[in-house]
Amino acid sequence: MNNITSYTYKSTPMISDLAYYIIAAILTLTVLYGIYLLSKVSKARLGNRISAAAVAGGVILTLLRHDILPIWGVYPCLLAGIIIGYIMALRVKMIEMPQMVAFLNGSGGAASAIVGGFALMGIGADAGVFSRVAATLALEIGTLTLMGSLIAAGKLHRILPQKPIRLSSHRVIVGLALLVCLVMLVLSSTTSVSLIVLLVVPIVAALLFGLLFTLNIGGADMPITISLLNSLSGVAGAISGLAIGDVLLVSVGSIVGASGLLLTQIMCRAMNRSLGAVILGNAATPGISSGKAKTSDIEEDKEEETAIKADPHVILAEARDVIIIPGYGMAIAHAQHQVKTLADRLQENGAKVRYAIHPVAGRMPGHMNVLLAEANVDYDDLCELDDINSAFKTADLAIVIGANDVMNPAAREAEGTPIYGMPILNVDECKHIFIFNFDLKPGYAGVENPLYQRRSGVTLFLGNAAETLATLLSALKLS
Amino acid sequence: MSSLQIILLGVFIISTLVGYFLINNVPSLLHTPLMSGMNALSGITLLGALVAAAVAFKGESTWLSGIFGATAIITATVNIIGGFAVTDRMLKMFARKGDKHE
Repeated sequence: MNNITSYTYKSTPMISDLAYYIIAAILTLTVLYGIYLLSKVSKARLGNRISAAAVAGGVILTLLRHDILPIWGVYPCLLAGIIIGYIMALRVKMIEMPQMVAFLNGSGGAASAIVGGFALMGIGADAGVFSRVAATLALEIGTLTLMGSLIAAGKLHRILPQKPIRLSSHRVIVGLALLVCLVMLVLSSTTSVSLIVLLVVPIVAALLFGLLFTLNIGGADMPITISLLNSLSGVAGAISGLAIGDVLLVSVGSIVGASGLLLTQIMCRAMNRSLGAVILGNAATPGISSGKAKTSDIEEDKEEETAIKADPHVILAEARDVIIIPGYGMAIAHAQHQVKTLADRLQENGAKVRYAIHPVAGRMPGHMNVLLAEANVDYDDLCELDDINSAFKTADLAIVIGANDVMNPAAREAEGTPIYGMPILNVDECKHIFIFNFDLKPGYAGVENPLYQRRSGVTLFLGNAAETLATLLSALKLS
Repeated sequence: MSSLQIILLGVFIISTLVGYFLINNVPSLLHTPLMSGMNALSGITLLGALVAAAVAFKGESTWLSGIFGATAIITATVNIIGGFAVTDRMLKMFARKGDKHE
């Protein structure tokens, strides 16, 4: 490693190379152990704290290793970051978690982009080809993460419109921006281009790409987008680590990148979407014909039209096995506490209550679980799609709260619609179905839900879920 | 490429693989805290920000790099502290029934 001529090696570091690498390895293993604990509910909190401690260790190690301790200017910045971050974390509401994560992704991306930019200027890195290319890549991915995250956060916070925004020559511009990013990578390996061009052009191209990519994302694709941005923020960190030769940055950054990638895959599978389609904006075009599934179901149901409409209170009182299906509608109506109250009443009445959580319900992976946990729902009652899907046949009652696409039976039959082939919760197999949705409009995917047309077994409670649930609860007298 | 850079590439690949398989074990119930925890970890780029900013603060560079250096430290620290604190808050809610709730 003799040809690393970073300035830091000119001064005598307080820690020897060997000690540094050993400590860095231990810190990496500590982070991995923390993540391992995160997979168990009972140990997760400890795991998170262990990871945090490892990062703090990494900061101290870096301060010592690069002789930064006496440079007082870094401390006010650290302090400002700590205060801002802590206040944000304390104030954020659980419902705002997706935009909080998006925002934090963006701030990490910004930092990586700046580190990449500095490395390109030769600050903290050598002038070799490897470092320069890595620095440019970090600059690009960091900027893309920043821009994409800010737009995603704006959409989630409802400052920006939820609907995908698409320019007429969208794909061409996205493709061009990507191409420019690649060309700049190649150019950065030579010394033929001035520094200012090397810095500005990748930033502009990455900003454009990030902007167009996320503007074109609709609400329901958010879980995929956030996971992807999460991955990118890690990758940006890892690559900036390659540029400046920092082993901890590389190891921890790539762990984050891998985790985000895995979550992205899980989300894509849960929606039957390919990642390429999401990025390039082959958005699920809302409003595609859904006639086939719909009409067949209506015809079917005509025969059953005479079925007696049962009193919802009677159904609730008699139900012994109840499955609740929460969706993003529950989140926007803040109805999780009413849901919990309803579940409590049913349980007091001797019913078994479980929650069926679709992987993409809500706006980020695990969104529903967090909201229900906030309402003190026991996590043992939260069931994943594969575990609970067979239970709908035997359950007495399925209660849908603000969910639509994730239980739309059209996903099975309606070929050519955006949700075709998407794994769904088999709510339609249940004897009785209560649906607490705002209206009968199709969900994000734009496919009509045949359940709304069905006469037998389905009871609709339209309006704000928190209010309709409250009305039902106040009228509810379980025997 | 120097030997350090080859080692770094190796670390990049190994960490990616290990991370991928480790995270495969996390139940979907915990995906939000997992994501915000990972998010906090991505603020590790603070280490790079510290190194770069230190150079800028030493007065070897222009005031503009000083501002960028300070920005990098602040945004990365916000990422780390905000991410870990919010993850801790969420995980606290996943307490078992009978445990003390918030």
